[in-house]
Amino acid sequence: MHSDSKLYKFLNKEKSAGVIFCLPFIIGFIAFLIVPMGISLYYSFCDYDILSPPKFVGLDNYIKMFTGDEVFWRSFKATVYFALVSVPLRLVFALIVAMILVKPTKLTGFYRAAYYLPSIIGGSVAVAVLWKRMFAPDGVVNALLGTIGIDTNFAWLGSTKTAIWTLIILAVWQFGSSMLIFLSALKQIPKDLYEAAEVDGATKVTKFFKVTLPLLTPTIFFNLVMQMINGFLAFTQSLIITQGKPMDSTLFYAVYMYQQSFNYNSAGYASAMAWTMLLFIGLLTLILFKTKKFWVYDQE
Amino acid sequence: MKVKKTIKTTIYHVLVFGFGLVMLYPLFWMFMSSFKESGTIFTTASQIIPEKFITTNYINGWKGFAGISFGTFFKNSLFISILATAGTLISSALVAYGFSRCQFRGKKILFAAMLASMMLPGQILMVPQYLWYQKLGWVGGFLPLIVPYCFAIQGFFVYLMMNFINGIPRDLDEAAKIDGCSYYGIFGRIILPLMSPAIITGGIFSFMWRWDDFMSALLYINDAEKYPVSLALKLFADPGSSSDYGAMFAMATLSLVPIVVIFFVFQRYLVDGIATSGLKG
Repeated sequence: MHSDSKLYKFLNKEKSAGVIFCLPFIIGFIAFLIVPMGISLYYSFCDYDILSPPKFVGLDNYIKMFTGDEVFWRSFKATVYFALVSVPLRLVFALIVAMILVKPTKLTGFYRAAYYLPSIIGGSVAVAVLWKRMFAPDGVVNALLGTIGIDTNFAWLGSTKTAIWTLIILAVWQFGSSMLIFLSALKQIPKDLYEAAEVDGATKVTKFFKVTLPLLTPTIFFNLVMQMINGFLAFTQSLIITQGKPMDSTLFYAVYMYQQSFNYNSAGYASAMAWTMLLFIGLLTLILFKTKKFWVYDQE
Repeated sequence: MKVKKTIKTTIYHVLVFGFGLVMLYPLFWMFMSSFKESGTIFTTASQIIPEKFITTNYINGWKGFAGISFGTFFKNSLFISILATAGTLISSALVAYGFSRCQFRGKKILFAAMLASMMLPGQILMVPQYLWYQKLGWVGGFLPLIVPYCFAIQGFFVYLMMNFINGIPRDLDEAAKIDGCSYYGIFGRIILPLMSPAIITGGIFSFMWRWDDFMSALLYINDAEKYPVSLALKLFADPGSSSDYGAMFAMATLSLVPIVVIFFVFQRYLVDGIATSGLKG
């Protein structure tokens, strides 16, 4: 293209170039996010089984969800329980281990890798099938309990009390990426703050609560929000390990949504579930942001 | 004093090392179990070393299901993961450059949209996207597993690369501009070569996530010929499947090999990627 041509000049204006570079995202955002969400908003007001054309039924799906579907509420409760327990637990674990690993030793690189590996592969189907067999009556968990004198063939996945905990343990086991985030946040805390605290006679505990923790709150906040949202939509592990059993005690929201759409052919109802969850996490994020000023340290 | 310090260090390492072993124990147990005779895996579950070290589980597992071997499943996974990753990297690099170096109308809104999409978990789009791809006639093929990724829909990668480009001095751009270089020339000749660390980090994450992806395969792939490894492994866990646990653990172990190898080779990049993307909102 000749560099004096009008087209060249137009394309090379900063404004045009910016739009052109961002074009993939503009197209992708509309085609794979806005359009599907828009379609599903319409279907959420329809009786739709994918195979036959949708029938408009107004708010029926939403009314049924909130007033006439016990399984919906059970799945909602199980999901909230899972997210509210596993996410804080994982963050606390991550922070403790990060505090331990922050002082470099010769083996720190190795430890970091060992603790990080589970979060790289923990979401895979391979680990899910392993987990399912680990907590079986004849699985390795009971076998190890046997070696320390507790002889049992308890079915961890068969009890409403323990089944969800196998999934929580699996989630907490993957604390590695949060640990790495905390590690790099810890390294960014200026050393002179600790020195100043020492001059004032601060103990290790005071230093942690008065210097370390406040400076970490922005990181904790961001990861809490992101992991909560993802926790509310946990899917693969529940689908493979427990299939929602026993008695829907591990039937996560996303799994129930999947079942409604693909096992019971109620895509309209499933769309309504998707939109309800979207509003729920939107609201939750908003509330979390409102609490920010009470506990998140503002560096500015 | 010195003795006391040595004891302290020793206790530290014993505890941290011991905890590391507990963390990795399940994986190590699966790895060793894959070399046990299938019938003895659970009768000898508490011991980690196989009584008899065998490799037949790998041979049996590799045969796969209904005459389709794991070779096919691995090939499918590789095909999907590589194409989706290439699409992600190219599109995200373009968008990241646009966001980082150009001012244009609507940029703020667009950027907000990207951050919002970053917070939106894929599961919430499961049903809506399925219904849309159904209309497009994509269900049953690889398209839903590859094409969307070619449009920078994962904000994580755009954000990662943007952070990197922001760190490249603008003087380089200005100098090239004076020499008559266009925005496209600057991107192709200056920024792109300089951002290879961000490309590598992004490539590793994308490949691992696509390799592990189970949900979209479950939704869109019906034909066993087209199954990726993740979906094939689920067949082992399905109720009523023949319970050859040796073969199951052998194939599960094998499916983790690419990820674990990448993990150990590119660990530094992974650590950097996690650190830059998780620190700020």
